[in-house]
Amino acid sequence: MIRAFLIFLFAAIAMPSAAQDTLPPAPYAYKQLDDPDLEAKASDLMDTLRCLKCQSQSINDSDAPMAGDMRHQVRSRILAGEEPDAIRAWLIERYGNYVSYQPEVSASTWPLFAIPALLVLIAALILLRRLGKRRQEERA
Amino acid sequence: MIAELGLAALWLATALAFLQIAAGVLGLRGDAHSARFAVYARPAAVVQAFLAVLSFFLLLYAFAVTDLSIKLVATNSHSMKPFIYKLTGTWGNHEGSMLLWVGVLALSGGLLAGMEKRLPEKTMSATLAVQGFVALGFYAFLLLSSNPFERLPVPAAEGTGLNPLLQDIGLAVHPPTLYVGYVGLSVAFSLAMGALITRQVNPDFAKVMRPWVLFAWVFLTLGITAGSYWAYYELGWGGWWFWDPVENASLMPWLAATALLHSVSVLAARDALRTWTIMLGVLAFSMSMLGTFLVRSGVLTSVHAFAVDPERGTFILVLLALYIGGSLAIFAVRAGSIAEGKRFTFTSREGALVFNNVMLSAILAIVLLGTLYPLLTEAFDVRVSVGPPYFNPAGAIFAIPMFIVMAIGPLLRWKDDKPKRIQFELCLLAAIAIAVVSLVAILGDYAILPLLGLALAIALGVAAFLPLRGRKLSRVPTAVWGMVMAHFGVAVALFGMASESAFTQERLAAVSPGSTEQLGDWTLTLEGVEPIAGPNWTAIEARVLAARGNEDPIVLTPQARDFWAPAQATSESALITRWDGQLYAVIGEQTEDGRWQLRVWWKPFVTFIWYGGLLISLGGVLSIVGRVRLDLKRRSAVRKGNQRREDQAKITGKVQVEPAE
Repeated sequence: MIRAFLIFLFAAIAMPSAAQDTLPPAPYAYKQLDDPDLEAKASDLMDTLRCLKCQSQSINDSDAPMAGDMRHQVRSRILAGEEPDAIRAWLIERYGNYVSYQPEVSASTWPLFAIPALLVLIAALILLRRLGKRRQEERA
Repeated sequence: MIAELGLAALWLATALAFLQIAAGVLGLRGDAHSARFAVYARPAAVVQAFLAVLSFFLLLYAFAVTDLSIKLVATNSHSMKPFIYKLTGTWGNHEGSMLLWVGVLALSGGLLAGMEKRLPEKTMSATLAVQGFVALGFYAFLLLSSNPFERLPVPAAEGTGLNPLLQDIGLAVHPPTLYVGYVGLSVAFSLAMGALITRQVNPDFAKVMRPWVLFAWVFLTLGITAGSYWAYYELGWGGWWFWDPVENASLMPWLAATALLHSVSVLAARDALRTWTIMLGVLAFSMSMLGTFLVRSGVLTSVHAFAVDPERGTFILVLLALYIGGSLAIFAVRAGSIAEGKRFTFTSREGALVFNNVMLSAILAIVLLGTLYPLLTEAFDVRVSVGPPYFNPAGAIFAIPMFIVMAIGPLLRWKDDKPKRIQFELCLLAAIAIAVVSLVAILGDYAILPLLGLALAIALGVAAFLPLRGRKLSRVPTAVWGMVMAHFGVAVALFGMASESAFTQERLAAVSPGSTEQLGDWTLTLEGVEPIAGPNWTAIEARVLAARGNEDPIVLTPQARDFWAPAQATSESALITRWDGQLYAVIGEQTEDGRWQLRVWWKPFVTFIWYGGLLISLGGVLSIVGRVRLDLKRRSAVRKGNQRREDQAKITGKVQVEPAE
């Protein structure tokens, strides 16, 4: 029992350093998935995730180490069969809305969606006022 | 000495701006006494242009000789830098680029004062006063908060260097072109204000304004095109547009200027859309100033950093509020006194133009919202990102109807038209669009926006030439060729964008020297990787043999560069351009097992994006040439007519006099 515990303890101490020395930290950071469909899925998702350490770059376009780690996360999760939306939700939960270039409707972002809808209305109103009225007058 | 001269020139230019405002305002009063003083407005603007441009060239000289006693040179240049980048480094920093901005502003004011003789004197006075007022604000900004000529107490031993990303020929062209466009719009703004103040919003005014708008718009188009290509090959990730706030800052004035351009044409040709034209004139330059604020205040890097050191940002913000608020106030007071102009129906060329102006304005509003919203929430410590997944669909809501109307509009007649008259053209275009959609949908599974983009692009490309149908080509006015060319350019660019986002193929692999990768019909072999050195950088350079099908391989040499002043790594892409696309390769880091990260894209028709941009600018140039030639012809005809009448009067006068003798 004690021996087993000691082995476990030894392993727990030894593993991180071994991992750092030999294993590449994130194999999928610079490696595409073999299945082109899955890779396309991952690539589309990675194009819309922000590299948190860069200025205005997606993780797909960045050479920052953190972006590499995130690419690895995305690709391995896609490979494990997770849906892109679920991965996005997981990343948002971890890093906040800032990580996603695709704003979701929420308490802090609703004007981004309300204003374009309003714009459609305003555009329609302006066009009706400027163009619709004319036609009636012309006919009258 | 050089720096002191430059600074003195700037101060003198500021004094002249005061003179220009005073003379312009006096010119508005119109009595004989004021008129004696009002004549100074034009010379003040011309001399001011000379001084501001001189000041810029003095700074350019200081950069050329790397005068390290000037703070700006010491913090942004380096004696070992290649000569061309010493020069372009002049505007690769805040103070230098603001001096360029102000130089272009003064130059366009000087050109306006020196060349424009068609406007009524009063309108010209008001215009020059406004132009002087705008210039004054930016002189003050430069002199009080961003002096480019500040000396160091002790000259530096060596400069800090220029950001390596900016050490590229793209930087030589991109900002100056963009600034000519940005600031050229200031003339449109001043003219609009001048006409509004003196109640002269009419076709004659529009004819004066049109070449200035066209001129600024051509440069904006070129600047955005060059900037997009520069980002594409220099940033090393193969993207040509990321809806980045800095990119948006240049797009917004372009959208407003495009709407203004069409509106001013309607005003010139049909005496309609008077208030629209004035409103868009104000909007276009406001967007230029907003862009300058976004890029120059540091608010983009971090709202909080901006709040900590707000001097420059606040200064521009105050200027923005003053100019935009002031012009809107004048607009509100005077808009009622401008009659609406000639009437037209929905199915007329004016109707189509109004529709598309509303669409352009709505797209502008979307871009503005998406750019400013994250800054706004950041101020309240909520961080959100707005990127392509937002801008693309939200913009498309308005862009798709706009492209459809753009295809049909030029076929309609002015004032009123029956859709039945052009039903053949309508059916043809609809058939083309439907055919393209079904063909592409059969070939593969593509996203909806690129698919629609392809269909609209091809239909629009055909539609661009339809206005020439049934006309004798040798008699088509140059300006109409300009329109055809520009509209065709939009189709070409749209085709490039849609094709790039639908069909791009990417290959990312760790390769060892000698091994081969396949991408589409390209075969790529890594020959070897070698270290090389440049004047102020070292790099590893990969030799990649790229062959398409059975062709002879071409050597590609992408590099990963390490600059040492300042220390920064950049990725230099290598490109092969074919008529139907571009192969884009970058080299990454070495993996643990000694292989190299190679990333390659095949981007079908991506070059069409920039060819399209060039065609659009060329269309603008043709339009300017056509209008100016027509105008000169008309003026010389008027002059000859007057001459003849005078001669006749002399002859008849003599005839009349003779009998009296």
